[in-house]
Amino acid sequence: MTDTLTTASEDTAPPSPRQRSAARMADAAGGRLRWLIFKIALLAIVDAVAVFAVFVLFLHNEWLVLALVAAVTILVNWIYFSRKQIPAKYLTPGILLLIVFQIFTLVYTGYIGFTNYGTGHNGSKDQAVASLMRSSLVRVEDSPTFDVTVVERVGELGLLVTDPTDGDVSLGTNLQPLEPVDDVTMEGGKAVAVDGWTTLQFADVLSRSNDIEALAVPYSDDPNDGAIRTQDGQKGYLYVSTLEYDAAAGTMTDTTTGTVYTDNGEGAFVSAEGEELLPGWQVFVGFENFVKAVTDASIRGPLLSVTAWTFVFAAVSVASTFFLGLLLALVFNHKGMRFKNTYRIMLILPYAFPAFLGALVWAGMMNESFGFINQVLLGGAEIPWLTDPWLAKVSVLLVNLWLGFPYMFLVCMGALQGIPDEVNEAGVMDGANPWQIFRRIKLPLLLVTVTPLLIASFAFNFNNFNLIYMLTGGGPRMEDTAIRVGHTDILISMVYKVAFTGENRDYGLASAFTILIFIVVALISIVSFRKTKALEELN
Amino acid sequence: MTEVRLSHSDQTVAENATDTATAYEPTKRRRSFGRWFADTGWRHVVAIVVSIFAIFPLLYVLSASLNPQGTLTGSNQLFSAIGIDSYVRILTDPQIPYPMWFLNTILVATITGFVMVFIGALAAYAFSRMRFAGRRVGLITIVVVQMFPQLLAVVAIFLMMSAIGDWFPAIGLNTLSGLILIYLGGALGVNTYLMYGFFNTIPKELDEAAKIDGAGHARIFFTIILRLVAPILAVVGLLSFIGIVNEYVIASVMLIDPEKQTLVVGLTKLVSNPRYADWSAFSAGAVMAAIPVVVVFLLLQKYIVGGLTAGATKG
Repeated sequence: MTDTLTTASEDTAPPSPRQRSAARMADAAGGRLRWLIFKIALLAIVDAVAVFAVFVLFLHNEWLVLALVAAVTILVNWIYFSRKQIPAKYLTPGILLLIVFQIFTLVYTGYIGFTNYGTGHNGSKDQAVASLMRSSLVRVEDSPTFDVTVVERVGELGLLVTDPTDGDVSLGTNLQPLEPVDDVTMEGGKAVAVDGWTTLQFADVLSRSNDIEALAVPYSDDPNDGAIRTQDGQKGYLYVSTLEYDAAAGTMTDTTTGTVYTDNGEGAFVSAEGEELLPGWQVFVGFENFVKAVTDASIRGPLLSVTAWTFVFAAVSVASTFFLGLLLALVFNHKGMRFKNTYRIMLILPYAFPAFLGALVWAGMMNESFGFINQVLLGGAEIPWLTDPWLAKVSVLLVNLWLGFPYMFLVCMGALQGIPDEVNEAGVMDGANPWQIFRRIKLPLLLVTVTPLLIASFAFNFNNFNLIYMLTGGGPRMEDTAIRVGHTDILISMVYKVAFTGENRDYGLASAFTILIFIVVALISIVSFRKTKALEELN
Repeated sequence: MTEVRLSHSDQTVAENATDTATAYEPTKRRRSFGRWFADTGWRHVVAIVVSIFAIFPLLYVLSASLNPQGTLTGSNQLFSAIGIDSYVRILTDPQIPYPMWFLNTILVATITGFVMVFIGALAAYAFSRMRFAGRRVGLITIVVVQMFPQLLAVVAIFLMMSAIGDWFPAIGLNTLSGLILIYLGGALGVNTYLMYGFFNTIPKELDEAAKIDGAGHARIFFTIILRLVAPILAVVGLLSFIGIVNEYVIASVMLIDPEKQTLVVGLTKLVSNPRYADWSAFSAGAVMAAIPVVVVFLLLQKYIVGGLTAGATKG
């Protein structure tokens, strides 16, 4: 440090103290002030967004998130106004995004893996009770007619209700039961506006009639008291659910049939006959998803075969692309060859072409009955490229070879050019033939350079979702399995299918699979880091 | 290094000389065809065979896009009919909001690419130039977290974004801004690691000289460092751009309305049943989507190759 400082100041004549202070003043007058204004403006925007967020979260009673947002905002302000936290100024944006969208989601995935989250188990128990009761609302005969006004605040609709018997005015939303309000504007005995809320005009009421019909404002904290609903935004009626909720006993009773549904402890109300009320709610189920994945034969079988295929797919893909790329690099590593650049451009085109389009185009060409390969190249043969379990695997590997070899070709070209010619000459001097020079000298030197890239390529292919999903869709489908999974599915596409396709979305099981993949990826990473010593080189 | 380069160029010159010498004596050349083939001829055979493998699907999709007929079978006669009907069809069909897909993709990929590079460069500057507690741990964390790709956490991302959407519809599910934010979660990652390596090659004396002249850390970063590292920024930006154009999983889960979707989501749905798909309209869409990417790639290929091998020798 000191060495460089002295040399630097020797090279450029050291400015005199007067020059230095003059420069500093000029800076302060020009650049610094502009920077300061710019910085304050940026922070003002951040703070404005944060205040808005706090306000919205306050309305939704999300205290934990609110506290986090407030704390982060204060921290950010402190960092950027402080004179000392220079590294933090550069790292904060990236770290915040990393924590929210990567680290938090990883932790959250871990949590979901231990729940029954999925179709029919989306929310909390209160939400499930509210939703069940809401779905079975019937209008109470002879109930009074309430005067109502539809009001809105930050995109949320509410009902301003005037009680016909005593003239009391109260306000509530879908989530917030009716509560008395002050500061209302009355018009002919009916409340028409309230401070802090916007009254919807007649035209708005018409255009948002669907939202308004979905409004069911709970009459009180007790869901059994029913809810106020309106059809036209003018008159409201009391609706009561045919289900009756007993919070103490944890039971739901259907008042029309008399059936009692009890909480089964697994996130649903179940009748004595085993009939389940849906939606249920989300509960912590411990290792149930993992146990199911390991013990249920109709899940374990596919899981094992998918895992094996994932490894085969990733390994063969890396090997095939590397060897074709290396072969081509060796072929081109010859000085007298003509048209080298033309060939090179043609060979790297598949790499430049967006990969998902490549996979979709190949899927079309490999179509069993109409595709180019069967129809034209093979004269009408109906070869099931994508629908036979084994051929589909071959097709996947072939298409991935097409997608991947240009990258390896480029990398190997670069690495070969990095090997000095002296190595070759020395080999020739010692009487080695070209194959020996390649096998014993060049290949080991090359591998030193490309091994980290081969590991990265393996990791990439291990999760090469696009290719599988767009070429075969994971198909052909396996038979006798409890989950939707096909013969060419790799782990990540299986997770996607379990979570997002089909009638039953099982987020809990999908996340449990994800955790298993995490463990595998972590093991591979540790081993490869040990091997390449990549982390030790960080200084 | 210089010695190597010298001998290298000497050799090329010598070989060029022999090449021209043989070119003037055709009889000699014909006689040695066998030797020519053993030396370079077979290389052309390999190159041609692999080139056909490489460009054939691309020619096929180009031909299908120019075919006015719609089906997969109709696309099998290469360049039998030429017209731009399918281009017109995919751009104007009210059922297929292709122009919106295109716009959304460009928007998401450009914004994400730029911001990602900027945030990554900020972090790389701090890691490369400053010494602070937790620096090594921070670098290791970045590399390790990147080992777990974001798409693995797609379920959690979906559930989190649907919760956020209840509070802030502007960045929740079904918004491009939310999608961009998710992608930016990966701004500190391999890219930062790559940039960090490149930043380290810029001599520190430059910063120190500027510091003596009275420049603050921000001014050094914006006016000196960012200009010197421009090549790596371009490479990282382009690779991020291409990566985001190709990203399917998160985009397909996040974007629900057809006119909110990106090309990769829209086009995949379009041909999800190849039997009934309008194959030539899809091909036209694919060609239009690919041409900008391919052109930029070919223009910048030297830098990209440099970036890949730089990563290779450092990684």
